[in-house]
Amino acid sequence: MTDLATNVSQPPAAGAAGRSLWATALMRLRRNKAAMASLVILLVYIFAGIFGPMLAPHDYARVYPDFVKVPASLEPYPRMDAVLPAAESTARRARLEARNIELDGNTLRLEATSRREIDPRVTRYFDRSDLFSNTHIVERSADGRSVLLESQVERYRFIFGTDANGRDLFARILISIRISLMIGALATGVALVIGVAYGATAGFLGGRIDNMMMRVVDILYALPFTFFAILLVVFFGRNVVLMFIAVGAVEWLDMARIVRGQTISLRRREFVQAAEALGVSAGGILRRHIIPNTLGPVIIYMTLLIPKVILLESFLSFLGLGVQEPLTSLGVLISEGARNMRAAPYMLLYPSLALTLLLFALNFLGDGLRDALDPKDR
Amino acid sequence: MKKRAGIRSLLAGALAAAALVAGANMALAATTYIRGNDSDPETLDQHKTSTISEAHLMRDLYEGLVIYDAKANVIPGVAESWTVSEDGTVYTFTLREDARWSNGDPVTAEDFVFSFRRIQDPATGAKYATIQYPIKNAEKINKGEMDPSALGVRAVDDRTLEITLERPTPYFLELLTHQTGLPLHKASVEEYGSDFVKPENMVTNGAYRLVSVTPNDKIVMEKNEHFREADTVAIERIEYIPFEDRSACVRRFEAGEVHSCSDLPAEQLKSIRARLGDQVRTPPYLGTYYYALNTQNEALSDPRVRMALSMVIDREFIAEEIWSGSMLPAYSIVPPGIGNYVDNPPQYDWADEPLLDREDKAIELMREAGYGPDKPLELELSYNTSENHKNTATAIADMWAPLGVNVTYNVRDGSAHYAHLRDSDDYQVARAGWIGDYSDPQNFLFLVREDNTGFNYAKYRNPEYDALLDKAAAETDLEKRAEVLAEAERVFLRDTPFIPILYYSSHSLVSDRLKGWEDNIQNVHATRFMSLSE
Amino acid sequence: MLGYVVRRLLGAIPTLFLVVTASFFLMRVAPGGPFDRERALEAKVLENLNRVFHLDKPLWEQYLRYLGNLARGDLGPSFIYRDFSVQELLASGLPISMQLGGLALLVALVFGCVLGCIAALRQNSWVDYGVVAVATFGITVPNFVVAPLLSLVFGVWLAMLPAGGWGGGSPANLVLPVITLALPQIAIVARLIRGSMIEALRSDHVRTARAYGLPARMIVIVHALRAACLPVVSYLGPAAAALLTGSVVVETIFGLPGIGRYFVQGALNRDYTLVMGTVIIIAVFVVVFNLIVDLLYALLDPRVRYD
Repeated sequence: MTDLATNVSQPPAAGAAGRSLWATALMRLRRNKAAMASLVILLVYIFAGIFGPMLAPHDYARVYPDFVKVPASLEPYPRMDAVLPAAESTARRARLEARNIELDGNTLRLEATSRREIDPRVTRYFDRSDLFSNTHIVERSADGRSVLLESQVERYRFIFGTDANGRDLFARILISIRISLMIGALATGVALVIGVAYGATAGFLGGRIDNMMMRVVDILYALPFTFFAILLVVFFGRNVVLMFIAVGAVEWLDMARIVRGQTISLRRREFVQAAEALGVSAGGILRRHIIPNTLGPVIIYMTLLIPKVILLESFLSFLGLGVQEPLTSLGVLISEGARNMRAAPYMLLYPSLALTLLLFALNFLGDGLRDALDPKDR
Repeated sequence: MKKRAGIRSLLAGALAAAALVAGANMALAATTYIRGNDSDPETLDQHKTSTISEAHLMRDLYEGLVIYDAKANVIPGVAESWTVSEDGTVYTFTLREDARWSNGDPVTAEDFVFSFRRIQDPATGAKYATIQYPIKNAEKINKGEMDPSALGVRAVDDRTLEITLERPTPYFLELLTHQTGLPLHKASVEEYGSDFVKPENMVTNGAYRLVSVTPNDKIVMEKNEHFREADTVAIERIEYIPFEDRSACVRRFEAGEVHSCSDLPAEQLKSIRARLGDQVRTPPYLGTYYYALNTQNEALSDPRVRMALSMVIDREFIAEEIWSGSMLPAYSIVPPGIGNYVDNPPQYDWADEPLLDREDKAIELMREAGYGPDKPLELELSYNTSENHKNTATAIADMWAPLGVNVTYNVRDGSAHYAHLRDSDDYQVARAGWIGDYSDPQNFLFLVREDNTGFNYAKYRNPEYDALLDKAAAETDLEKRAEVLAEAERVFLRDTPFIPILYYSSHSLVSDRLKGWEDNIQNVHATRFMSLSE
Repeated sequence: MLGYVVRRLLGAIPTLFLVVTASFFLMRVAPGGPFDRERALEAKVLENLNRVFHLDKPLWEQYLRYLGNLARGDLGPSFIYRDFSVQELLASGLPISMQLGGLALLVALVFGCVLGCIAALRQNSWVDYGVVAVATFGITVPNFVVAPLLSLVFGVWLAMLPAGGWGGGSPANLVLPVITLALPQIAIVARLIRGSMIEALRSDHVRTARAYGLPARMIVIVHALRAACLPVVSYLGPAAAALLTGSVVVETIFGLPGIGRYFVQGALNRDYTLVMGTVIIIAVFVVVFNLIVDLLYALLDPRVRYD
């Protein structure tokens, strides 16, 4: 990441000049089509993550036992030719013997007999099934051993298909976007706070303290990250939020290095020395002059850290240590999909597309920001 | 520079060699059986083994007094005959004269004595020592209360072995087929210590001898020319390949790189069956998949709650849809097909009732116990990470919803999950499973004995139940014993400390070219009974 | 220079010590132990086992014992591979992981550099966009999707290459795992090279070289690429350390006997000694590669000097 630290020039202190720099950067970003498209995509994702689960046609946790692993399709389920066998098997479960079943539009008529007297409540076996609703007895023979039932056939659309429990994949992708974005933002936010504070302090104080602090960073670098992540899951497995705060707490190392590099060069600048001469406290200088000026590379790094965290989460999902039910994440959906890739390719395809698009957007936005904030590249 | 050139030529040769590999596989295939295994063995020291994958290896390397044939019937092994004393406590085995170790030494009664003593010696740290506890003094020795020489196993002469039991044990012969009953080559164990399992040191008496072990790669065995029936062994060489990733085994099977897989990804079973047809084998297996209920928990201490939770589970749905028909719905804890049991084993009396009627009754039970939609019961369901455990838990939580049960999940990796079950008192519902070590109901019913601290996850305490098991243990008449055990299972079902959900099936993929692989409830498949056709 | 290297390596010893200490205690705080499996053990059996492995001793005593053994170069016995010591496992697995990782690194460097250069020289053309898009794609698809897909397509459907297995290290068995490992690295290297190459092409010394009338290809290769290598080198340091110590995903899916999965198998099965062994290996690799990066910097950038 050193290239970021050295390549991006140091904007002057906040004020008129600073605004104009940010304004130019924004202007240049606007000219970058890929970055703007990415920004739009990202906004769509954020919108989908926040409101999608509320607007989705199915609840993400709703189980449709009759529609387990149905392929993605624009046609509604059940397929017409599947209704009759389904009605027959429902009748069997109600201990009825189906004599004659016919389908008239969306209305199902079923004649059934039983060796025992039929309880009028048999209709609930049909209503309980996802396929039928509003079942009622039209006719009942005198001995009560045969009935004529009428029922409405329900139609559902699963545009992305359903998962192994019969839950709508589209709704699950929406909720997974929310979770994945949340995980990315949380971990990155934590990394940001710790990394910036640590890096700025080390760079600003310099000397022996700087050496010490960077030594600690070196040691943490040598600790294998996967090991950490696995242990974190073992500790915080039940709580996604805690877990990714913890991930953020170990992902700040690069951030600290970048900010430290920036701070050291800022510290030699006249405006910082002027502030020091005026007797502004160290904390004040850090807050007012140093940290705001490291923002550029930090933002760029953030757009790269979010994908990293999301991919890390998907790796943990592959190990079976991902987000817990009934919530889900893109990583969990993809690792489920990867297991079912031959029997149910749509289970892999749609979540993968969702992830790829999101990561594309984040990467291009990061590139765009880098170009926009780099005055050398005019 | 030199190294780089080497790498470049490697890359250049890669594609050319790719074509050759397929051909090379073909040539080897006629004599080499490439056998997929669940995982690598933890050890090849039979006294320290505990897993099914290790049992497969042991079966090919060693031969016990009695063995399983291809159909899992108990047949004579090293022992050509045996007699049992009147009271059923003393077994006298006559060993075959032609039984040989792979270095040519005869297999003697002393080798068995050595082996049986070693497994009970606390210094060995054997995980499965308990299996042979029916042998006189075994338990005391294993607990360090007696010297190993006090064990009830005695070499009368080189070819006569006498085993004395604590009490009559109808399934004892079957226990001897287990890897804990295998002999050890005393001389090499004494010479090499724990290194006796290294391929260069290992001496075995089975149909095969060990050639090489590479963790995560393969274990190679070749035919033991000294084996007493070596001329009947058709397969010359076996390569056991561990597959952590079940799908990887299926791919390699389809690519013709392995001849059998020992496990399959259940969630893909339907599509695998569609592609590979009869090569997919899913016979019933001696095991039960269950949810343990912590009976010390306030809500779950009420048997009505436990029964209600069991009643509403649609086992057919879970077996068919979640497990792709690879498991069977379970309405009792003892799996069907087990030995030494009654003809009509007990099951839940509501097993045949329609599901919604069961649901009504269950709601009523919950209401009596004080729970319902207005006073929901919060349950935490723990399971160890696995795709199918997850899907099963999700489905069951959905079935419990009408009872007013709100489920939260606690997913952990295997170690943490089982440690939690064993050590903690605050779990509520937890997934677990049990694969029988031997075909006897006792091996399932003992799980919830009060004194069985290791397995009684339910912390179930019922003196009546324990008394029935004790009574069965003392009963020498097999039919009467079966009745008593059935009575115990009825008590189990009435109290439901565990909710039986599914009976296991074993999932194997067996190439059409592999002959002699017979499906059986023990899932035992010794390579010596198989052959590979062209 | 040599003095610097020696100083850095000596300085790594306390780092390693702290890493070992932190990992040792972190591992022990995790719930569960090496003997907690599906098949529970009877209390007495567990006690016997704990005694055999000295797990019944107080934690600090186990720690001191571990340090003592470590000082003698003994990493202890493995819990999940009881017939092997941790040294034996690492000794047999590490060369395999290094071979795979090294090849992947080489492939990534070659392809990444070529693609990155092409993109940079044709900046803002369709070629450029194409390379960037493909490169980004390489980063965004998780390797646990790529690996089974490659195995399925080339191993099962096309039957061109083995679907899995090590095959004694035969070249055919290496192709798919190396591709899987290299893909994201190619992508990252290509992007890094492209970015810094664009900058280098605009820099003064390349402009000067051009002004002197040196042939275009020379300029690109000698001057721009050399300068553009710096960020790649600093990226590849940690990346190489990670690649050479194996990937659990690739090794599990292709069934390769490297050390990548010991790490995860060890952590999930609480194989304390095996995890510690892999942690040490990885830490050593990180330290060594950071050093190599710094030395390469001195080599590539005349402004950096170590004395």
